[in-house]
Amino acid sequence: MYLTKEEEKILNGEKGEVLERMFRLLVRLGDIYGANKMIPIGSAQVAGVSYKSIGEPGTQFLEDIASKGAKVKVLTYLNPAGIDLENWKELGFPEKFAKNQLRIMNAFKKMGIVISSTCTPYLAGNLPKFREHISWSESSAVSFANSVIGARTNREGGPSALASAICGVTPNYGLHLWENRQPNIIVEVNTDLKSETDFGALGYYVGKQIKDRIPYFKGIKNATTDQLKSLGAAMAASGAIALYHVENLTPEADLVDKKSLEKISVDNREIKETYEKLNTGKDPDIVIIGCPHASLREIAELADRLRNKKLRKPIWICTSRMIKEAAKRMNYEEIIRNAGGKIVADTCMVVSPLEEIGYKTTGVNSGKAANYLPSFCKQKVVFANIDKLIENIEE
Amino acid sequence: MKGRTISPGKAEGTAIVSNEPIGFYGGIDMNTGIVIEKGHPLEGKSIKDKILVFPCGKGSTVGSYVIYGLKKNNVAPAGIINKETETIVATGVILAGIPCIDQIDLSKIKDGDVVKLDADKGEVIIKKQRN
Repeated sequence: MYLTKEEEKILNGEKGEVLERMFRLLVRLGDIYGANKMIPIGSAQVAGVSYKSIGEPGTQFLEDIASKGAKVKVLTYLNPAGIDLENWKELGFPEKFAKNQLRIMNAFKKMGIVISSTCTPYLAGNLPKFREHISWSESSAVSFANSVIGARTNREGGPSALASAICGVTPNYGLHLWENRQPNIIVEVNTDLKSETDFGALGYYVGKQIKDRIPYFKGIKNATTDQLKSLGAAMAASGAIALYHVENLTPEADLVDKKSLEKISVDNREIKETYEKLNTGKDPDIVIIGCPHASLREIAELADRLRNKKLRKPIWICTSRMIKEAAKRMNYEEIIRNAGGKIVADTCMVVSPLEEIGYKTTGVNSGKAANYLPSFCKQKVVFANIDKLIENIEE
Repeated sequence: MKGRTISPGKAEGTAIVSNEPIGFYGGIDMNTGIVIEKGHPLEGKSIKDKILVFPCGKGSTVGSYVIYGLKKNNVAPAGIINKETETIVATGVILAGIPCIDQIDLSKIKDGDVVKLDADKGEVIIKKQRN
């Protein structure tokens, strides 16, 4: 890999220990993946934030480098934490866990990282542009940035994204190169997709089928931002899909080469079977939506559905603090609260100590959540669209 | 034997060899350096101060932080030798500062051999073979 004179100095430790370690990591990864050089990045998204995910070792690592003066060079956002940073007590998150989570947030803050605590940075103030090189972790955000925006990032891990943030560069390999962004399989969708949940089911199925390839979707007549958000998240969870193209809907779809590609079809049967597969429980103890984090539209739609209703079981809608503020301003929060629901910010059901709080069966409308809850949170899952879920828990 | 430098430094110690990948997150106790993965060929063994030889890593990216934790708790291996180091182990050894080399033919190293590893040069030398 070619390194500039400045970069050589960093690698020799002339700019300090933290920079040396972080840059060495990027150089090694660049060597492993065949990068020819480092390229500057516009922003970073750091994963490995919840105390549940990184535990004591990760926390100590972050505290160490923060105390040694680590500072980020670019706009850097964070993944969700394991708690609602402001309302954890009221929501029943365990105190010991919360205290440890706050240690992590303090370490990140010291480094100059924005405490955004969301998997939807693009909805919360970090919006890259078409073809911009970025270094993002969080598989659903990577998918959205690459596919819906047309920015360029590899599927980074938490530490490598953090290293890129501190060094301001990322190794030039993988999806930073146009030739690696071409689709290698066509997915023909022969069924109507009505809700975000349908898109999530499609994503779960396709991710399982094609694993880490780059699909080109045909037959999807239209999709909202939120629906694409669901599709990408599910594909990145059941598979390892970091980039997809949708005919007529995503920015690179017209530009890529899609001739002579292998093809798979998805009919109503595959979608139906996916719903059946993801349903492992009955009668949810709680319904949680917002995976990925909800947009303001989704919160407004929930408020609309819950107006003048009363629920037997709690419903949480997870979102970023920024969107929650907007929801409060529009009175959506009050409506949801009056029905017995809560807007939960800063956290994610998958990396929160859900099982410790006491829930055993969770209702979700997200393919990604349905994929992870059984193993990460020991939950049985009811997977259905939002109307069905509310019906399930209405008085 | 000549391999590729993953993380620089020199180390010498007794080799502990696994034919199976190692998943540090959930597989090794960060406080004791003992392998805790059920059914793993090295289950119950200590990796502290050893030259840990295994084909590659597996599992969660949190594994990188576990490797860092092992070093912090002074129960880390002295060095690591892989067939093919993937990103989780690479990230972990670099963050922890543990010498590591890959692209080595692991069949040449036997459990109990005294091994010297010069990761700066990418060299592995078997100093004394176990009988």
